Amino acid sequence: MSVEGDLLHVVTADNISQRRKLTGKLIVWGSAGLMFAVAIIQMADQNGWISLNFENWRPTLYAYILWAVCLCAGQVIARGEHGKRTLFVLPATLFVISMVVFPLLFGLVIAFSDWNLASPDGRQFNGFDNMRQMWTDPFYWNAMRNMLWYSLAIIAEYTIAFGLALLLNAQIKGRKFFRVAFLLPLMLSPVAVSWMIGKSMLENRFGPIARVLREIGVQSPSFFSSPEIARLMIMLMDAWTYIPFMMIMILAGLQAIPKELHEAAEVDGANAWRRFWEVTFPLMLPVSITAILIRIIFKLKLADIIINVTSGGPGGATDSVTSFIFREYRDRSNVGYGTMLAMFYLFVIVIAMTILIKAADRWMRPRY
Amino acid sequence: MVDQIFHDSDADRAFRAKRFSGRLAIYSILFLWAIIALFPIYWTITTSFKMAPDVMKGNMVPFWDFTPKWLGWRSLGLSPETILNESTVREEFLKRFWNSAVIAVSASVIAVGLGSCAAYGLSRFKYRFGFMQNSDISFFFLSQLILPPVVLALPFLVLYKALGMLDTRIGLILLYALTVLPIVIWIMRDQFGSIPSELEEAAFVDGLSIWGAFLTIILPIAAPGMVAAFILSLVLTWNEYFFAALLTSSHAKTLPVMVASQTGSQGISWWSMAALSFAAILPLIVIGIALERYIIKGMAAGAVK
Repeated sequence: MSVEGDLLHVVTADNISQRRKLTGKLIVWGSAGLMFAVAIIQMADQNGWISLNFENWRPTLYAYILWAVCLCAGQVIARGEHGKRTLFVLPATLFVISMVVFPLLFGLVIAFSDWNLASPDGRQFNGFDNMRQMWTDPFYWNAMRNMLWYSLAIIAEYTIAFGLALLLNAQIKGRKFFRVAFLLPLMLSPVAVSWMIGKSMLENRFGPIARVLREIGVQSPSFFSSPEIARLMIMLMDAWTYIPFMMIMILAGLQAIPKELHEAAEVDGANAWRRFWEVTFPLMLPVSITAILIRIIFKLKLADIIINVTSGGPGGATDSVTSFIFREYRDRSNVGYGTMLAMFYLFVIVIAMTILIKAADRWMRPRY
Repeated sequence: MVDQIFHDSDADRAFRAKRFSGRLAIYSILFLWAIIALFPIYWTITTSFKMAPDVMKGNMVPFWDFTPKWLGWRSLGLSPETILNESTVREEFLKRFWNSAVIAVSASVIAVGLGSCAAYGLSRFKYRFGFMQNSDISFFFLSQLILPPVVLALPFLVLYKALGMLDTRIGLILLYALTVLPIVIWIMRDQFGSIPSELEEAAFVDGLSIWGAFLTIILPIAAPGMVAAFILSLVLTWNEYFFAALLTSSHAKTLPVMVASQTGSQGISWWSMAALSFAAILPLIVIGIALERYIIKGMAAGAVK
């Protein structure tokens, strides 16, 4: 996964005076102290020990931002050239930590509490109750099972994407037109897609697809009433949007294969079929696996189309985990339980992806 | 007529026929897929010019089996005769459009800014934060890609509520910047990795500082990659629905949320929905056609090593 560019080796002899170092440290720790002071004052206010009547937690946020800026400045002041190098990575790291790690920890707290935003009681710690409820929630497990089905659809998407990439890589005229045409679905927002296809083209009475089916002889076609067909439709719409994505990655891989290899195979008398299976496909394996892994990651976030077309129906048959939690919050404003479901989902994803990446790594390693 | 002396042997003629049928198969598949990819867009455009009977009869080709009418666009306030009048729907639409544009552009700018710096640092210097080394830091950034939005959604809902940032643009901007940051870092790391470090060494000899060399020498070279990363982030953030649906209600609502909320209320008035959908996807279609090169470049960056 890692590209190691050629590292720069810069020798710097900074003469940083003791005083400058001290100033840098003072700025960092001073702003940190200020941040904690503000946070504690706000907490005291929140719990009613003192009354300053803050409207919200903004002051703490501002203090945090001040601290982050001071931390960056302090690096340069106290460590000179080294600090300047750290400055490349530090802002992004701070940003991600404050936007991911902190909310995740906070989310863990929420996950173990009974918290309904609509009720006036506020947050109540309830231990493992959410977990127990999750364990016996048939709709959640149904959504999990659906995610498995949706992920399996990637195999078909991959096959089509590979085929299209091969065609685009062949000697054809008007390649630019086809490339743009094939790319366009990826540009469209899932919400627009769910109206354009899900609500209008797949409409039972006037939609063009229903009309074609009726011509063929299907009696009263309906797309979202039986669970299997509804799920298939969701898969198709999602595939329609994301096939270009895989196609482009595979096309880039195909273009990187040197022509000589094909010529050599041709000289050796391999026909097109064998050339594909014995030269192209093995060479494309690393790209394919990257494309599939990324596609799986995107697939696991699938929600927009489901929320807008079926909202999980019929009977939760098309629910993805994300859309299920979305409705759990929308209908019941049950933050605690929803967060527990999401956390468990994350847990499963991390384990599954780790296994997948490890397996792919082992599988891709050359054996001879 | 004299018999042609030199002619292709039968075997060669068979080959030509085979080649021709091969070509035919390739082009028919290509055109079939082009139709699959483009028909929904065509359908949306034409539907926005239809009237109720046209929709029900399933007329498809304008001017031939139905006469285009401005019905759908009139309901948006964007047809020729309503464009000069006051229109609340148009106001609403333009407000959402503006929100989407501001949020998508600022989030992409933040992500590309932070991401480029981080990617450059990681491709040039050795870091050590505690036990974290360069590869660990890279992994830390890229692993954010796995994080499903739903995990962050509810904690952010509560946090933003406490911070008074629900339904504000800045809240969405920060969140969107976070979601596209790993992709930007991925693309940019690839870019910087392909630029030889002799360039900076020469710049240092000429007396530039680290940041000076980065800003004046390296960034211009990496600009195409940055454009690719920017466009890709723009597309992703413009289309984002999930966070916007949860975290905004009236003030900072984005275009996808507006489109989604109209689907239910408008029922079967297809022409106006089609006009709205088309207006929402039009900027991206334009970007897709005009800047296709960059989008492909961005997506291909991670694929090929």
